[in-house]
Amino acid sequence: MNKNHRVPSSRSLSAVEVKSKFGAEFRRFSLDRSKPGRFDEFYGLLQHVHRIPNVELLVAYADVHGDLLPINNDDNYLKAVKSANPLLRLFLQRKEEADYTTFGTDSLTRKKNTVLSAVLLRPDPNKKKPPVIISLPKDFRPVSSIIDVDILPETHRRVRLYKHGQEKPLGFYIRDGSSVRVTPQGLEKVPGIFISRLVPGGLADSTGLLAVNDEVLEVNGIEVVGKSLDQVTDMMIANSHNLIITVKPANQRNNVVRGGGGGGGAASGSSSDSGASYHGYVPQGAAATAGPTHIIQNFPVGELESDEDDEDLVIEVGGEAETIQRTTSNYSMLSLPRYEPHLNLRTTTAANSCSAFSINANGNLRGSGGSLTNTNASSTTPSPDRAKERRNLEEEGTVITL
Amino acid sequence: MKRFRRHGTESQRDRLKQELFQFTKTVEHGFPHQPSALGYSSSLQLMAIGTRSGAIKLYGAPGVEFMGLHDENAAVTQVFFMPHQVELVTLLDDNSLHMWTLRSHKGLSELLEIGRFLLTGPPGCSGGELLLLGTEGGHVFIVEVPGFRELEEMNISLDQITSCVPDDYVGRRNLEHVEALQENPINSNQVAIGYGRGLMVIWDLNHRCAIRHIPATQQLESMWWTENGSCILSSHSDGSYCCWTLRTGDKKEEEEKSNIPYGHFPCKAINKIVQLPTAGGPPFLLFSGGMPRASYGDRHCITVIYSKTQVAFDFTSRIIDFFVIRDGPHHTEPSALVVLVEEELVVIDLQTEGWPVIQTPYLVPLHSSAITCSYHVSAIPLKLWERIIAAGVVQNTQYSKKLWPITGGQNLAPDPPQRDLLLTGHEDGTVRFWDASGVCLYPLYKLSTAAVFNADADLNDNMSQSAEGEWPPFRKVGCFDPYSDDPRLGIQKIHLCKYSGYLTVAGTAGQILMLELNDEAAEQTVEAKVVDLLQGQEGFRWKGHTQLDVREEPVLFPPGFQPFTVVQCQPPAVVTALNLHSEWKLVAFGTSHGFGVYDYLQKNTVLVKCTLNPSDQLAMEGPLSRVKSIKKSLRQSFRRIRRSRVSLRKHHISNTNKVIQEANARLEAELAEMELAPVQRKIEARSSDDSFTGLVRILCFADTFLSDSSHNTPSLWAGTNGGTVFAYILYIPPVEHRADEALTAQPAKEIQLMHRAPVVGIVVLDGHGAPLPEPLETAHDLARSPDLLGSHHVLVISEEQFKVFTLPKLSSKMKLKLTAVDGSRVRRVGVAWFGSSRTEDYGESGLVFLTNQGDVHVLSLPHIKMQIRYPCIRREDVSGIASCVFTKQGQGFYLMSPSEFERFSLSTRYLVEPRCLVEAPLPPVFSNQHQPKLEGASSALRYMLSPYFPFFLQEIQKSLEGDQT
Repeated sequence: MNKNHRVPSSRSLSAVEVKSKFGAEFRRFSLDRSKPGRFDEFYGLLQHVHRIPNVELLVAYADVHGDLLPINNDDNYLKAVKSANPLLRLFLQRKEEADYTTFGTDSLTRKKNTVLSAVLLRPDPNKKKPPVIISLPKDFRPVSSIIDVDILPETHRRVRLYKHGQEKPLGFYIRDGSSVRVTPQGLEKVPGIFISRLVPGGLADSTGLLAVNDEVLEVNGIEVVGKSLDQVTDMMIANSHNLIITVKPANQRNNVVRGGGGGGGAASGSSSDSGASYHGYVPQGAAATAGPTHIIQNFPVGELESDEDDEDLVIEVGGEAETIQRTTSNYSMLSLPRYEPHLNLRTTTAANSCSAFSINANGNLRGSGGSLTNTNASSTTPSPDRAKERRNLEEEGTVITL
Repeated sequence: MKRFRRHGTESQRDRLKQELFQFTKTVEHGFPHQPSALGYSSSLQLMAIGTRSGAIKLYGAPGVEFMGLHDENAAVTQVFFMPHQVELVTLLDDNSLHMWTLRSHKGLSELLEIGRFLLTGPPGCSGGELLLLGTEGGHVFIVEVPGFRELEEMNISLDQITSCVPDDYVGRRNLEHVEALQENPINSNQVAIGYGRGLMVIWDLNHRCAIRHIPATQQLESMWWTENGSCILSSHSDGSYCCWTLRTGDKKEEEEKSNIPYGHFPCKAINKIVQLPTAGGPPFLLFSGGMPRASYGDRHCITVIYSKTQVAFDFTSRIIDFFVIRDGPHHTEPSALVVLVEEELVVIDLQTEGWPVIQTPYLVPLHSSAITCSYHVSAIPLKLWERIIAAGVVQNTQYSKKLWPITGGQNLAPDPPQRDLLLTGHEDGTVRFWDASGVCLYPLYKLSTAAVFNADADLNDNMSQSAEGEWPPFRKVGCFDPYSDDPRLGIQKIHLCKYSGYLTVAGTAGQILMLELNDEAAEQTVEAKVVDLLQGQEGFRWKGHTQLDVREEPVLFPPGFQPFTVVQCQPPAVVTALNLHSEWKLVAFGTSHGFGVYDYLQKNTVLVKCTLNPSDQLAMEGPLSRVKSIKKSLRQSFRRIRRSRVSLRKHHISNTNKVIQEANARLEAELAEMELAPVQRKIEARSSDDSFTGLVRILCFADTFLSDSSHNTPSLWAGTNGGTVFAYILYIPPVEHRADEALTAQPAKEIQLMHRAPVVGIVVLDGHGAPLPEPLETAHDLARSPDLLGSHHVLVISEEQFKVFTLPKLSSKMKLKLTAVDGSRVRRVGVAWFGSSRTEDYGESGLVFLTNQGDVHVLSLPHIKMQIRYPCIRREDVSGIASCVFTKQGQGFYLMSPSEFERFSLSTRYLVEPRCLVEAPLPPVFSNQHQPKLEGASSALRYMLSPYFPFFLQEIQKSLEGDQT
């Protein structure tokens, strides 16, 4: 993650001055510009300096343009520190009292006297909230994106699905089929893998980027040619936390027109996403018999894989010897929230520096209160809903695309 | 510069890999699946077995074996050796003929296919032998071998035969196919041709004319020309056999007597009949079949009659073929009867009183009860080896003392460098111990666990003891018995400590038995301990099988492994993981509900942990809940029939017709739907709600650093189906207080793998990156003690990836993804040591694993880098992949069929493969090189019967008929 960090310009000092406001109270402290640390540490620091250890906060800062922008992950935290010139002005709100309308472009400059004052002064609890609450950018998360538009043939589409441990199922099925390829010998029918169903309301369906009868060409940069349906299924499941599928859409009318900028909308904000690449798995010495796995040439080999599945949860059961029974119950309580916390903290990061996230099992789950509820909701998805989903399955399996 | 240097080290590594690894399938153990033909060469003393999948296997003295596979995937219907040669001819059911030979190459023999039947064979290769081919159309073709050149002028057409059949013969209009061909043992120019309708003709090959006709009227099954050439025996489809005396001079043949051995009531056909003279006594008469149709029509019997003794050997599976081995100075005395039945080979000693069975050194049916698991232990200490053998000898008193009668070839393989044991667990609750050191997988000892439990079926079956005066005089032979009295007895996991002689086996109904090797028989009560793995989780009801009922009274156990404790898991789900630490005297076990550790010294539970996800109903209810029991479904279907009969009577016929029509329409619609719906696979991330996430896949003991980096402690590691690893610190009191001080287990770490794939292996690596030695291994000075100075690592192997974590902090250090990259998943894992083929002193440890695609891989340790990959098992062969076990020396076994283990090796140093030599026998003195000779009598091609007209024979036939018209 430190790759993004730039050397501070010569005129700025190595320390960033921070002025933090919570309610009517101000705190001033400084940060090392070259080593700002991580967001969750920073969040802890804020709670500490304001002496509000158990209050859930919404952190925002005023950027150079006067916009009130949120700080809720490592990226925008870094950005805030980097762009502080020289003072970093922070505004803290209690989460439950947060006024989401204040964020946005020019929010501070244009409506300085109204909105900013609403933030700066204690908000009136009886004030009527806007009818539609657009949630924080933190609560948005990328669901899917079209990537590598510039390097793929126009007939192909590379779709990235972000599962991120959310409750929404990936929600699609694949099947065997045959497709026709143009070869020097003429048309040739070759076996292929196709999307056979989309579960309504599933991730794949909601993106609108995948459709029934799209032919699957690659999974996370690895060609599926010569692989069985089961192999491709296993590959997709193994990559399900960060699935990148290259498809040849059955409907070729909605293709991105190259150079037209039409793809900009879909690909915006995802320039760092294409970093998920694989170093080819070439079994040394067996290349002749096995045939090396195909490495997509134009797949940028840049940053290391940004897979969250690297980050297994390690729970330490420390301290005194416990009786078996007690431990068992302890465990079963802990077994639900698992690794969710930091996923929510680091949604789009390509960071790979830390590979295991540890939580003190006996201590509190710091900074993860908000996401805990999320997780609980996800793991206790009522089964009747699922059954309903199953019944509503859209099925269109018999058509073979050419 | 740098690049060059790196290139240098890489090529060095590549060279090293070549010195370390090499994949070969070395030998097949067990009994061939679906045998279809049997042949024997008395001159080579070799036996050949052909199978339905086109394999041909040759066996001689123990250790002498050869294998060949026909390119055509057709069943071998006949195998016969060329007399006094190293060639053999096979006939496949696609009507092709193949010639095989044993060729010497660098002092070893190998089996090669050297020819097949070609119509346009090279002419002019004379001096060969003749092969007679009888066809369905009734013609006999004569082909010269080894060139497979058809001798047209010698062919015997049906017309030639019919023209001289006596007018009074009833069936002369239609003789049917050629059923049997037999050469006169004393005059090779005469051959007897037996036709399906019953007529037998003796043909003179030199004069090309019929000499005699034997007008039998019953459907012919087989024919036998006695040694002295004076009689022909014929067996028939009505269960009778006849003896026809050939008197010289007199043209008229006399039917001596028609004999129906199991007569009065209609009998089944006698398929094959053999009569052999003895030096100073009455001849042996042997025949297969002929049982009374109504009462014993389902038995598979071979009857042996000698003097006044008559025994009907009763086999448990279909008889393929049999032959008799003869020894004595002139190889004339019948000494052993070799019977190939569908599931085993049985050899009966005909020279010892009571005709006992000779134990076979190879081709032993592994599947006498279905194999449910296997376990391999390398380098068994001599002491334990001898004790196991001694225990086995006591069990095998019923076998004949006679040496193995098939002795062809020389076994040139060096003595195995160490003693290896393969243990197989079976469905009937037995564990069989096999000597897996060499080419022959030889049974050493059989352990039965059924005696510990109260079973419904009585243990001593009276099948073998026939009542006095019973007719037919049955005697049960063979050990193939696929019927299990109680499926709960099935063995699922085995763990043997080779240093202490402790064995633990675990079964289908959650039972874990602790056994100890005892050289004396002992009567003891087996202590039972029930362990509740649910730990108070409520709201569940186990719907699977009940737990086994342990006998409370003392049981007399024979010498060998004797059980002293039984742990019974509650619920009694199948045991899915098992480990034994004989130094700490602990046994760890796991099921789909949780795992536990049992102290078998103090006889109490040290740890119980429930891993069941509360919402996992499927794991809770047990495997049988969804599948109705057979009994139940039978009962229901009977009820349904009865009910439908009742309703039939009530309703009008038109009404029922309508119902039937409707049902048919519905069925058709369903069928159509089934055909149209393509095979689909759901793409969904694994979640904690999946079924069987709590199933324990692997348990492992390790003495390592779990709490801090300066104190190593005993620990237990458990991995589940849901990708969770639990680590416990075990407190084990010092030796002097071991028996009275309490043991404790304290949870230390838990890893939840993000990708949630099942954990299939856990390996703790010491400071040198080497796997920790087995318990007691260092105590016996057989392994270097583990390095406790450097930091330890734990390698967690899931179905999808390999990850190395540091100890004690458990931070991820390295990983290798498998599934995400090539879509294959890890099925079986083992740690093996590979020695270099070039230098004695170099070797390294490697992680061997098998994927669901059937490929074997080797990973380097501790850097988990891919070394080699070979395709090993077809990916469709799911049971083969599931049965694979790896040895510590880089070999492996898997079930290539229910009855055969394929052995393979990944090591260049350690290979067990047949190395043997078969020398061509000296040609018999009386042979004349220029005189074409017929197929030998003993292994003659009796007939060639084809259900379909062979293409090429049809061709010949056309040309033949064309010539004549």
